[in-house]
Amino acid sequence: MKRHLLSAADLTRDDALLVLDTAEELAQLANRPIKKLPTLRGRTVVNLFFEDSTRTRISFEAAAKRLSADVINFSAKGSSVSKGESLKDTALTLEAMGADAVVVRHGSSGAPHRLAYSGWIRGSVLNAGDGTHEHPTQALLDAFTMRRHLGGSVDGRRITIVGDVLHSRVARSNVLLLATLGAEVTLVAPPTLLPVGVDGWPCSYTYDLDAALPKSDAVMMLRVQRERMQAAYFPSAREYSRRYGLDARRFRLLPEHAIVMHPGPMNRGMEIAAEVADSDRSVIVEQVTNGVSVRMAVLYLLLGGREPVEVNA
Amino acid sequence: MSGPWFIRGAQVLGAGEPADLVVSDGVIADAGAGLAVPAGAQLVDASGLIALPGLVDLHTHLREPGREDAETVESGTLAAALGGYTAVFAMPNTEPAADTAGVVEQVWRLGAAAGYVDVVPVGAVTVGRRGETLAELGAMADSAAAVRVFSDDGDCVSDPLLMRRALEYVKAFDGVVAQHAQDPRLTEHAQMNEGALSGTLGLAGWPAVAEEAIIARDVLLAAHVGSRLHVCHVSTAGSVELIRWAKSKGWQVTAEVTPHHLLLTDQLVSSYDPAYKVNPPLRSETDVFALREGLADGTIDAVATDHAPHPVEDKDCEWSAAAFGMLGLQTALPAVQEAMVETGLLDWTGIADRLSVRPARIGRLLGHGRPLEAGAPANIVLYDPAASWVVDPAALASKSRNTPFAGRRLPGSVVATFLGGRPTVLDGKAA
Repeated sequence: MKRHLLSAADLTRDDALLVLDTAEELAQLANRPIKKLPTLRGRTVVNLFFEDSTRTRISFEAAAKRLSADVINFSAKGSSVSKGESLKDTALTLEAMGADAVVVRHGSSGAPHRLAYSGWIRGSVLNAGDGTHEHPTQALLDAFTMRRHLGGSVDGRRITIVGDVLHSRVARSNVLLLATLGAEVTLVAPPTLLPVGVDGWPCSYTYDLDAALPKSDAVMMLRVQRERMQAAYFPSAREYSRRYGLDARRFRLLPEHAIVMHPGPMNRGMEIAAEVADSDRSVIVEQVTNGVSVRMAVLYLLLGGREPVEVNA
Repeated sequence: MSGPWFIRGAQVLGAGEPADLVVSDGVIADAGAGLAVPAGAQLVDASGLIALPGLVDLHTHLREPGREDAETVESGTLAAALGGYTAVFAMPNTEPAADTAGVVEQVWRLGAAAGYVDVVPVGAVTVGRRGETLAELGAMADSAAAVRVFSDDGDCVSDPLLMRRALEYVKAFDGVVAQHAQDPRLTEHAQMNEGALSGTLGLAGWPAVAEEAIIARDVLLAAHVGSRLHVCHVSTAGSVELIRWAKSKGWQVTAEVTPHHLLLTDQLVSSYDPAYKVNPPLRSETDVFALREGLADGTIDAVATDHAPHPVEDKDCEWSAAAFGMLGLQTALPAVQEAMVETGLLDWTGIADRLSVRPARIGRLLGHGRPLEAGAPANIVLYDPAASWVVDPAALASKSRNTPFAGRRLPGSVVATFLGGRPTVLDGKAA
């Protein structure tokens, strides 16, 4: 594995399978009375969140704590960042405190790249979502979840990702990781919400959700912000929902074994109907659970190989 | 130092037998092979060096007044002289904007006081560069700064009616409107060239059409009212096509390209290093080749630097928070040598034409871009095309460090620059 996890493209097929297999082992911990391993004792993991994301932050926090790491949460709200401190100064502050890994969520695409390669900090950088770029641990937990439900592998499975691909870091990371793992990915979106250059991505795309659903082993609905219609990406929330929402009728177009996924938070009634989100084929809550195991595996693999400096050595 | 100078054995325009140049009283007193050294003359050994008319930059941001932390007229014009320039056109996006006779005269006087190059202020087209009402263009033209080039650079004059009126109005004093061609709506929040890479990097795209649509409109407007139009920093293959078409119609359209758009592509953005963040954005390799071809065949008239200094903190940050712009004055000629001469697209006569003769003509600058012959003003650059150097941002004269060529080896180096018969640069250093 590389020292940082910035993009799903940083993972080879072997790397990705190692993360998923390790996550599978670590998931066993959840069934034990004591859910903690001493692996990262003495290591410091900083959760550096410039954007609000309680779910991702607590997932990383739980993962690091179960590996016995010390966790520092640094959120933009109520910190010096809101007073205009730069990314660089924040990074230098964290470095001065001795962070072994920095988990960063930032609204600007590429901010984790800057942290990793500007020489501001020495620790590993984990991208926990940057702008409209990537969210690699989300893709890993999604692949983990798919594997569990689709016969132990995503190789050759048909995965349909629906919604605002243009602004979605989840979609980008999923396309890259799933292609690495051999899945056939189809993107479905109105043409306005597919990026220029999508033809070059390792997936296919269509504007027709009804046509894609019967050929899907898993369908992943992306969050669509209602505000997008103000920038003319689509005329109204109602029209979006009618053409691209997963409602009860469309749900029935899926094969019997197909699962329904969503990275959350959901807009019920917009991209997904409540009855679909709550159906027994929905694995949305399980995705959250799996997030902890997968993030444990990533922290373990990025940090486990290097010993901390002994204080009294 | 004002005294006669004898430049021995320079290859004028990089061709033919080495010639001597006698510089006296601000002009080239004599030019030719084997001239006698006048009494009291100081000698410059120019063997192996190319002599070109002093370079003229149609597009420089000197930042003064207002952003003296990024650049001053003095630091920017020293960088210009070290880059072989003898005249620069100072863009008006200062604070306050150069939209009155008072501000353009201030910039002009600061330039004269620094004495490194002739500073020619560009006047804003609209009040405050806000794109709403015309600035007092005539007052700026009539001022001591004698403004002939008008631009809202940094912003596009996007209102078609206002653009038409500006084009018409400046005809009264032989002015030209230099358009920053960027449709504002098509580039809202835009961060980089729109293409395959912007989609992968998750950076909002800046489509070529946002530039080309404005150019298409403006050449038609210029034709309709019979005015001169100059297009700033052309960056796409489509723009080159449009300008070629406009010129084929006989319309009075000129255009410039930056050195960085001739040499760098958007692939560099995958590093997320804001050193590569610039407006207009770096484009594809296809665009780069089309720009070189356009410059070679004369569709694009001039190379202009768009020298845009920014303080360190405005680049030492995440991509979307960073400022747009790159330094250019000290790396322009080497970058153009690499892009155009070493590729065989232009000879040194062509370089002189695109970096001196034509920009001077577009800006109506009579003392610059003249043949290096007896009687011409002694604005001269001596250049060693065989040298090479690694760009060290800290060693540049600008107050800012934002060069996209940091650590890169560039060919050629400026050995001496003469402005009005007086050396501003000797042995590659400020004289």
